[in-house]
Amino acid sequence: MQAVNVGATDENDQLPAEQHQGDVVEDGDQYLTFIMAHEEYGVDILCVQEIRGWEAATPIPNAPSHIKGVINLRGTIVPIVDLRQCFGLEAIEYTAVTVVIVLKVETEKGSRIMGIVVDAVSDVYSLAAAEMKSAPDLGDAVNTDYIRGLVNVDGKMVILLEIDRLLSMDDIPNLAEVSRQVLSGAADAEAQ
Amino acid sequence: MSIDLSQFHQVFFEESFEGLEEMESCLMELDPSAVDGEVINSIFRAAHSIKGGSATFGFDVVADFTHVLETLLDEIRAETRGISQDDVDLFLRAVDCLRELLSQLQQGEQPDTEVAQELKAAFEKILREGGDTTTAVATEPEPDAGETGTQSWKIYFRPGTDTLRTGNEPARMLRELAALGQAQVTVAAEEVPGLGALEPESCYLGWHISLTGSIEKAQIEEVFEWVVDESEIRIEAQAAPASATWSIAYRPGTDVLRTGNEPARMFRELAALGDLTVSADTDGLPQFSQLDPESSYLGWQLTLTTEADKSSIDEIFEWVIDESDLTIETGAEPVSAASTTVAPESEPAAAPAAPAPVPTSTPTAAKPAKSPPQAKPSGGDGAKKAVETSSIRVGIDKIDNLINMVGELVITQSMLGQLGTDFDLDRLPNLLEGLSQLEHNTRELQESVMRIRMLPISFAFSRFPRMVRDLSRRLNKKMEIELKGEQTELDKTVMEKIGDPLVHLVRNAVDHGIEPPEKRLAAGKQEEGKITLNAYHQGGNVVIEIIDDGRGLDRDSILAKAVEKELVTERDAGQLSDEQVYDLIFHPGFSTAKEVSDVSGRGVGMDVVKRNILALNGSVEITSTAGQGSKITIRLPLTLAILDGQLVRVGSHTYIFPLVSIIESLQCDSSLVNQVAGGCDVFQLRNEYVPIIRLFDVFSIEPDSRNLGESLMVVVECDGEKVGVVIDDLMAQQQVVIKSLEQNYQKVEGISGATILGDGTVALILDIPGIVKIAGVRHLTDNQVTSLARSHSNSELMALSASA
Repeated sequence: MQAVNVGATDENDQLPAEQHQGDVVEDGDQYLTFIMAHEEYGVDILCVQEIRGWEAATPIPNAPSHIKGVINLRGTIVPIVDLRQCFGLEAIEYTAVTVVIVLKVETEKGSRIMGIVVDAVSDVYSLAAAEMKSAPDLGDAVNTDYIRGLVNVDGKMVILLEIDRLLSMDDIPNLAEVSRQVLSGAADAEAQ
Repeated sequence: MSIDLSQFHQVFFEESFEGLEEMESCLMELDPSAVDGEVINSIFRAAHSIKGGSATFGFDVVADFTHVLETLLDEIRAETRGISQDDVDLFLRAVDCLRELLSQLQQGEQPDTEVAQELKAAFEKILREGGDTTTAVATEPEPDAGETGTQSWKIYFRPGTDTLRTGNEPARMLRELAALGQAQVTVAAEEVPGLGALEPESCYLGWHISLTGSIEKAQIEEVFEWVVDESEIRIEAQAAPASATWSIAYRPGTDVLRTGNEPARMFRELAALGDLTVSADTDGLPQFSQLDPESSYLGWQLTLTTEADKSSIDEIFEWVIDESDLTIETGAEPVSAASTTVAPESEPAAAPAAPAPVPTSTPTAAKPAKSPPQAKPSGGDGAKKAVETSSIRVGIDKIDNLINMVGELVITQSMLGQLGTDFDLDRLPNLLEGLSQLEHNTRELQESVMRIRMLPISFAFSRFPRMVRDLSRRLNKKMEIELKGEQTELDKTVMEKIGDPLVHLVRNAVDHGIEPPEKRLAAGKQEEGKITLNAYHQGGNVVIEIIDDGRGLDRDSILAKAVEKELVTERDAGQLSDEQVYDLIFHPGFSTAKEVSDVSGRGVGMDVVKRNILALNGSVEITSTAGQGSKITIRLPLTLAILDGQLVRVGSHTYIFPLVSIIESLQCDSSLVNQVAGGCDVFQLRNEYVPIIRLFDVFSIEPDSRNLGESLMVVVECDGEKVGVVIDDLMAQQQVVIKSLEQNYQKVEGISGATILGDGTVALILDIPGIVKIAGVRHLTDNQVTSLARSHSNSELMALSASA
């Protein structure tokens, strides 16, 4: 008797969910968004393998500072990238709520699994390609290849990342360095 | 029923390649002056299996070619013909040719038959020539065998009841007999038990076969070769019985093809009984537009001359007799002139995927059949894919062992599970015992699984006798090769990667090492050069030695060449140790051969050899005595997947040293540390000096203490040199499973891989040469360190101080 009840409720629960999903698919690609320094970024949800809490990683010697190390993901060695440092944002202390998004990235050398550390996971949006605006050209100094586009959701800007391109670069670009170079270049120019 | 045979192709190819290897090694063993019957038999069996397999799978090129080969082998086996060295050469070429054909077929390409045709012609020539001399050479085993005319045989064949279970099929043998000549088979079914007692897998039947043709007894015996032990077989010569002529008029019903019967097949069966003439009656054929491709409109007039009786003809038509017009009469009736003679095979209606293909063995037939449209594309893809997936043949004992282990593991698991359901502290000893048992099981399981990947090194060695033989002929040298320790086991991956370097080294030994016969005689050595390949286990390593008794390495000419190539300065040249000089030949582009031959001497290769061996975490060294020969020693790890590791701690980090590279570990004593110019420290280890590497410096991490006096030092071997690595603490020794860092990240200098420790965290495995490279300490040899005064002029130390 109980079992029947459970089954029935399940069905009731599922129906609206399915309808909801159907709507979403019509609208376009789905993106998982996350927060870093009050900015919202999105990645293609099909790349996302799982979301897990931060755990200590084994540091890799002489690796760039944004590579936090490697973790054991059920027997696979997965490198962890701190996206904050990647983007030249100020580093923050990792806490229990710090999140690692495990992504499957397609590269020329085959697919790789990588984790990115972000402040918090935000939402899942379905966005049509039409809504997307291309990234502004910031000149030669700043590489914007890894930005798929910008999109406006409820008055907030979401930066959609081309995660394959961002993480497939053999040397993941340290944008902090890039910006520092830009800044120092500007400072030099001023000094002259 | 159509069977997708392509699913068996991979197995066929593997077995065939194995068979070819077997043939090759037997041919190498074969001494033409004293033929060992067992060796010939082995070659014959291999050829026979390849022929059988290729015929089954429709690789006619291979089957035809092997058939000729087999015929010749058969004559040699029956001792009706001798074998010469030229024949052996021809057979070896045939093996190469077959290998080529098979690999082309495996790739799904059209085989290139040119060589095959040429060789086939050569074999046929030998066969013809042999025919005349046969009787002279032959030691006739049977008085009848000499007769060339038609011979009749009466055979009684009763297979043992287990024949079917052992995979032999009497029907196949009967077909083979029928292929030899005109066969008439009657079944002796008197021993078939009642239905209640009948075991479906047993064979109760016997057959009386009368066989007519120019057949030798040996040929008949060959058919029964596999079952002769368990069967009752009587073969008697018999005078040819009077044959009768039958006239058969046969017009099948139009639906005969739809019911799966094929007239062409029946005619083939009739033809097997005797001489058959067939003429088709096309009167019933409708207009082309009305022709139903699946209906049969033809009738046939057949004339059969055979000694078979009517029942055996009736039997052939058994399946169609109800729906056909069939008359069978004795006495030839000339066929009406109006009818056209048509070869049964060209009958258009017979086209739809030959309904009754020659049945293969019963197990095959038992496999579920795919429908032809599906089977075709998947077959094509399968062949392509098959090339990529490599497989491994594992001895059944290894698998059984594994199953036992898993069984034990399951028992331990259930024991622990039971403990867990209601656990109290009293049962703690039980738990601990269970856990230790689990550990034991896991380790054994791990070892067994690893053993599956292990293959005897003979897989890599087997190609060398042939290679040395061919090379020695080409170079007009005389030599023999000796293989030792062929049963030494090695990981399959390592084996695959070591094959090419070994080929290169052996080739070098043949070309450069062994002198021409006249020089050898002049030097007071045996005319015949000797190359020895030796493999054995030593510690966690496999050691492979390539030893030749040739002229040895010429220190002076190597040095002269090195100076010419500016690899060493003339001043240094005199001070280099022999090992260092010999090591020079591993430099890219280094060759001292005065003439570049097509065998070797281009100087590409030795550097690749060394690189390949290093990539396998192995090492290679050369020892040589001028005029006496040289020895190349290769050390390889047993496996690439598991490593005996020493866990060490530096600050909060855990690293793993490969245990094989550690010579000793000791407490650092600051009083024994000397500083060499430029900031490199050396440690006085007894009576030698070893350079010190501080792991925390190399990896830019924070140690417990920077004071050497409070640290430990692990002395490791790197490229034959000792290096001291400073760490904070030694931890456990354990086996670790090597995981790739490159798979998801990239290569890290100084790190060869990662592993997962018991607590689930990742630890990195150190790559000693990489660390040494980062630290900038290279080839700091004993004499260089002891003569410190000279160190300023030493370029390597200069480089070191620059980087420090």
